[in-house]
Amino acid sequence: MGRKLLTEHINVEGIETFDVYRKHGGYASVEKALKTMSPEEVVEEVKTSGLRGRGGAGFPTGMKWSFLAKPEGKPRYLVCNADESEPGTFKDRYLMEKLPHLLVEGMITSSYALGCRTSYIYIRGELMYILRILEKAIAEAYANGFLGENILGSGYSLDLHVHPGGGAYICGEETALLESLEGKRGNPRNKPPFPAVWGLYGSPTVVNNVESIATVPWIITNTAAEYAKIGVGRSTGTKLISAGGNINKPGVYEIELGVPVEEFIYSDEYCGGIWKGRDMKAVIAGGSSVPILPKDLILKTAAGEDRLMTYESLSDGGFATGTMLGSGGFFVMDDQTCIVRHTWTLARFYHHESCGQCSPCREGTGWLEKVLHRIEYGHGHMHDIDLLVSVAKQIEGNTICPLGDAAAWPVAAAVRHFREEFEWHVKHPEQATSPGAVFNKNASVLA
Amino acid sequence: MVKITFDGIEVEVEEGTTILNAARKIGGDVVPPAMCYYTPLKGSGGKCRACLVKVAAGSAKDPRPMPKLVASCITPVQDGMVVENTTNPDVLAARKGVVEMLLINHPLDCPICDQAGECDLQNFSYEHGTSATRYEEERRTFEKKDIGPLIQLHMTRCILCYRCVYTADQITDKRVHGVLGRGDAAEIGTYIENVIDNEFSGNVIDVCPVGALTDKTFRFKNRVWFTKPMDAHRDCPTCSGKVVLWMRGNDVLRVTGRKDKYGEVQEFICNECRFDHKDPQDWTIEGPRHIDQGSVISANHYELPVLNVPVVPNLPGSTEEDLKSTPFNLGRQV
Repeated sequence: MGRKLLTEHINVEGIETFDVYRKHGGYASVEKALKTMSPEEVVEEVKTSGLRGRGGAGFPTGMKWSFLAKPEGKPRYLVCNADESEPGTFKDRYLMEKLPHLLVEGMITSSYALGCRTSYIYIRGELMYILRILEKAIAEAYANGFLGENILGSGYSLDLHVHPGGGAYICGEETALLESLEGKRGNPRNKPPFPAVWGLYGSPTVVNNVESIATVPWIITNTAAEYAKIGVGRSTGTKLISAGGNINKPGVYEIELGVPVEEFIYSDEYCGGIWKGRDMKAVIAGGSSVPILPKDLILKTAAGEDRLMTYESLSDGGFATGTMLGSGGFFVMDDQTCIVRHTWTLARFYHHESCGQCSPCREGTGWLEKVLHRIEYGHGHMHDIDLLVSVAKQIEGNTICPLGDAAAWPVAAAVRHFREEFEWHVKHPEQATSPGAVFNKNASVLA
Repeated sequence: MVKITFDGIEVEVEEGTTILNAARKIGGDVVPPAMCYYTPLKGSGGKCRACLVKVAAGSAKDPRPMPKLVASCITPVQDGMVVENTTNPDVLAARKGVVEMLLINHPLDCPICDQAGECDLQNFSYEHGTSATRYEEERRTFEKKDIGPLIQLHMTRCILCYRCVYTADQITDKRVHGVLGRGDAAEIGTYIENVIDNEFSGNVIDVCPVGALTDKTFRFKNRVWFTKPMDAHRDCPTCSGKVVLWMRGNDVLRVTGRKDKYGEVQEFICNECRFDHKDPQDWTIEGPRHIDQGSVISANHYELPVLNVPVVPNLPGSTEEDLKSTPFNLGRQV
């Protein structure tokens, strides 16, 4: 049984209320930080812990905090990115719904470290019921002296607001989120300047994921040294994984980083194996924007070592044989899954969600979707397969924000690893479009 | 001052200058194309990705290359920076890709588009694109919208450069239009059918790099290369009154702002100057406008004296000095 740092008390009855949360050690990090630590010490502690951003990029959180520009007559802001909307990723909503006070506590401790007087939780508009849960928790925190003026008599004051977004995927990108929070169209900003220098209302701002902020209380309460003992190498601590797809036990799991992928998929503690006893075909390990990997590469690295649930092991030093831990959206596909259809579905999502600000993403995502649609519905040509790769390459790295990469990578990886399946769709349009027909490499034609 | 090397050419520029403007200081063919960047408009740039360049060395202090291509119009130079533009195959490939993307939904109706001859996308695709497209799908189209008596909006031609939005934001106080919708369904439009009506609204026509926003008072009256551009001015209480009159004979067919060699308006003009003064007597005509841009407009060299002499057969290769020493009558056989 792996250690649970975030979800230890998640099933305690009434844990969403202040009193029960407090009884189980809640808000200890606020007391410790405000009464015994300087803001710099809190930042240093987070740095030492090795915590990496849990929103997808995996950038060291403490280092991100230390980039925050020195105040020059301007306020500093902490914004929690609760706009979780990557297909396959649903861990943050689970955490916020069940443990709202953990996020509030993390926001207070983190805001203290960063010298913020006002902080925001930017939540996806569709999650209105969670917004209400958070607002209730915030009101309780105010009522008990953990928010507002002079928190716990420390002289530190903080106001915390929850702000619903309009429900656009692009608003999860940090600069688009800031634009949206400012009341503007959620278009990504050009970088530099980065939010640490020019963020919300032109002030230095840190944007962190829900899980990252929710991890801070444990680190401060139990020390960074204890946190760093968990995990493997530069992947320290635990990670919430939202597991879905063709597995026996879909759900959100807190794992210690370093668990072998095979154990995660097949053990009863986690996914419980592939449903209906089928064979596994492929896995998307970190949310829909990361490259898909076939069975042989998701279980073993190119060097033949066991693939671990860590940032490094999953990336495998490059995209050809690796993927990313990303946001932890772990999506398993069995041998009955049509990769072409699956890739088309993803492309359709990114086409729909592209903000349209820059040319390669605006035009390229739609192009990818249309070509994939043709192939899936039996109207594709052989040259379309190379066209997909070429268009993906024209998008990748050439856009303002990472949405372009997110649209291109899944397509390029699907063609790289499952080219035969794309070719089969082109060569056998009648079979490919017949109901339930799926290419199976081992069975030579149909599963 | 900081020194950067751009395509092997060293240039010294002021700190804070963008890579694009450093290249413009060198001039000539090394200048990256720009479809959305527009110097007088704050915040413009970074969207079309036409000006992507490779930064092979970030600075003298940190000579590591930047991992991705960067938009030269918004990236400031660093001392010791090494930039590759025409010399880098990745840049040329990316630029070709941008042309292809922009032309996916932009109709190639140059023969009937009033922007023909003055279209940045036409020049961009001629210089960096390919002659064929790989796009086989249905093109995006939009319903026509009436935005008033002065400006014609052809949304199907729009490449969403945002220039007109920035113009309306920054030089008018009655902005009623912006970008609606998302992705490739995004469009320039007014919120609930509205007329774009303020005294500087006509400038959205000048900043539009393609034929999405054209002048209703000029549409279909003539092709731009048949007109004579003349610098002129009038005493205007609203703007500088410095304009270009596009004339045919003694008729003023169109009035625009004066543009520099990168196609950017030097001073924005008011609607009264643009739309209401089509009588040559309203203007003090300064003389022929020199069009420096490599387009069909400049091919006619109207600023030269028109005399009845034989046509120079090898005109494209002629230099300005040749032309001055050899008076000729362009396009008129004698």
